[in-house]
Amino acid sequence: MKKLFLSLILSVTPLVALAAGPSVELDSIDTDISDKASLQRGLQTYMNYCMACHSLEYGRYNRVAADLDIPEEIFAENLIFTDAAIGSLMENSMSRQDGADWFGAAPPDLTLVARVRGEDWLYSYMRGFYQDDSRPMGVNNSVFENVGMPHVLMELQGLCAEAPTPVSERRFDPLTGNLMTSGGCENYAVEGSQTKAEYDETIYDLVNFLEYMGEPFAADRERIGWMVFAFLAVFLVIGQLLYRELWKDIH
Amino acid sequence: MSNSKSNFMTWLDHRLPVTNAYEKHMSKYYAPRNLNFWYVFGLLATLVFANQILTGIWLTMSYVPSADEAFRSVEYIMRDVEMGWLIRYMHSTGASAFFIVVYLHMFRGIMYGSYQKPRELIWLFGCLIYLVLMAEGFMGYVLPWGQMSYWGAQVIISLFGAIPVIGDGLAEWIRGDFLISTITLNRFFALHVIALPLVLALLIVLHILALHEVGSNNPDGVDIKKHMDEYGRPLDGIPFHPYYTLGKLPMIIIFLMVFSGVVFFFPEMDGKFLEYANFEPANALKTPENIHPVWYFGAYYAILRAIDFSILGIDAKLLGVCLMGAAIALLFILPWLDRSPVKSWRYKGMYSKVAIVVFAIAFMVLTWLGIQPATGLNNLLSKIFTLIYFAFFLLMPFYSKYEKTKPVPERVPEK
Repeated sequence: MKKLFLSLILSVTPLVALAAGPSVELDSIDTDISDKASLQRGLQTYMNYCMACHSLEYGRYNRVAADLDIPEEIFAENLIFTDAAIGSLMENSMSRQDGADWFGAAPPDLTLVARVRGEDWLYSYMRGFYQDDSRPMGVNNSVFENVGMPHVLMELQGLCAEAPTPVSERRFDPLTGNLMTSGGCENYAVEGSQTKAEYDETIYDLVNFLEYMGEPFAADRERIGWMVFAFLAVFLVIGQLLYRELWKDIH
Repeated sequence: MSNSKSNFMTWLDHRLPVTNAYEKHMSKYYAPRNLNFWYVFGLLATLVFANQILTGIWLTMSYVPSADEAFRSVEYIMRDVEMGWLIRYMHSTGASAFFIVVYLHMFRGIMYGSYQKPRELIWLFGCLIYLVLMAEGFMGYVLPWGQMSYWGAQVIISLFGAIPVIGDGLAEWIRGDFLISTITLNRFFALHVIALPLVLALLIVLHILALHEVGSNNPDGVDIKKHMDEYGRPLDGIPFHPYYTLGKLPMIIIFLMVFSGVVFFFPEMDGKFLEYANFEPANALKTPENIHPVWYFGAYYAILRAIDFSILGIDAKLLGVCLMGAAIALLFILPWLDRSPVKSWRYKGMYSKVAIVVFAIAFMVLTWLGIQPATGLNNLLSKIFTLIYFAFFLLMPFYSKYEKTKPVPERVPEK
């Protein structure tokens, strides 16, 4: 019996074990797939900088055009760089073999990357490149160590001279209270065309777009969800009345 | 109109026992009037089963069972099939919901001693349903062919390899290949959509037939058939239909609200119902960080992993597999482990009450431990709670026999 009581107490202790977190600290964002302008900007960045290597092969151009309120002709003219039809899957022309030969590993399809990695990881990863001459592409990443991918957005961000720290690791001087490190990149080896804040915005939009790509029906899903709840709420009232009518003779 | 209908029913009843069956199982099946909310989970399990069958049928219309196409076809269902995402989420949420309601249904049986004489066979059929359900859930989880599908299957099937002599051959026979491949996927598909659902349906029928033969237990463990009225109806019984069918509507709707809440707002359920790693196609060359089965196998997986030492030269993996098998086998003999003269824990002694609560906690903690990485502390906890799990069953013949019980009333007590 003593063992049983002891175990009752012990059963609460696993809460301590919850503390283990991810190995890399990430910056956190809240995506908003109802922000169509942000999704459009993210799409633009994606098609211009990412699509050549990373396909979105489970999605279709016309679905994205419709969901993001972009007329199909404008979409086809400005955002499709292959001869694909508007109704096709969003594939690119790089073969997996070429990708593997050029980068060490074939660039993965990114349709579902937001569901695999999560928005915070993507946001931190795309802001985590820094100069490292020992790597084949001359860059490394503070979130994904020794990644084979070059820093494609260097012309926007510039290139960080050392590994950027997460913004959440902001440190203050204990004596003066002044900000010592604000996190993120603080020292650029190459200057980019965007300011730090602008680049963060660009990446936010890009991650927001990938979040949408992972579950393009998410907005529909929630909209229908509320209707189902409304129906069930009415049904519950009827069900409860029926229950009371039935059981009033029993109790 | 009513006359022609009754003529038709007479014609039908002479050829098929429709009215007879309806009365036996619905309108004249007398269930105790004191069934509480714990008694809704059997009904809910049937509802979820229907949901799985219906959504499953529609999923098979677009799913392609091949290693090259499976993952793509699931995304095709999610994106290009009209309302395909809803069908798929209902099915994936249904799988987890099935286990939740079945676990609660089993716990109800343990609390109120529903497995005791004369309901041993109902309990046995129930255990078989649970066993088949585990196989069904496992094989279904392989079908989307994501990373966790692949590696989870790899780990589970390799367990059979721990069996001495025949192990490796057996694992190969199950896979149909030297590693998990299209062949494995195809046979799992066949078993998941045809063989196992058929067996499940049959077992559910047997479970209900056995139940309706002896009648439902109740939270007080009172035998309602002891006191009948002049028409041979139990004084404490009420017809199953409509009291426990339409009368359960509010509970069913509340369940549907929770279910819809997951389907429409949290379909991944924080990576528990749909694991994040499973949104990446299966890749035999890339191992995911924390390989584990889906949450509903967590408890047994934690028991398996609790054994990380060998005894008398017997391999730790084999010991773990045996222990896991024993943990499930113990469920089957539960009716013969309980020596208590009373059914419900309401009238059992302190030992049984504490044991049941501690067991429930242990099962939940083990379930949680099963999907966590096997770190030092987690391993220690797995060992402790595995011990509690087994103690609950193995000590039951003693604590249930020697404890002081309260007298069970003759009739269902008035509230």
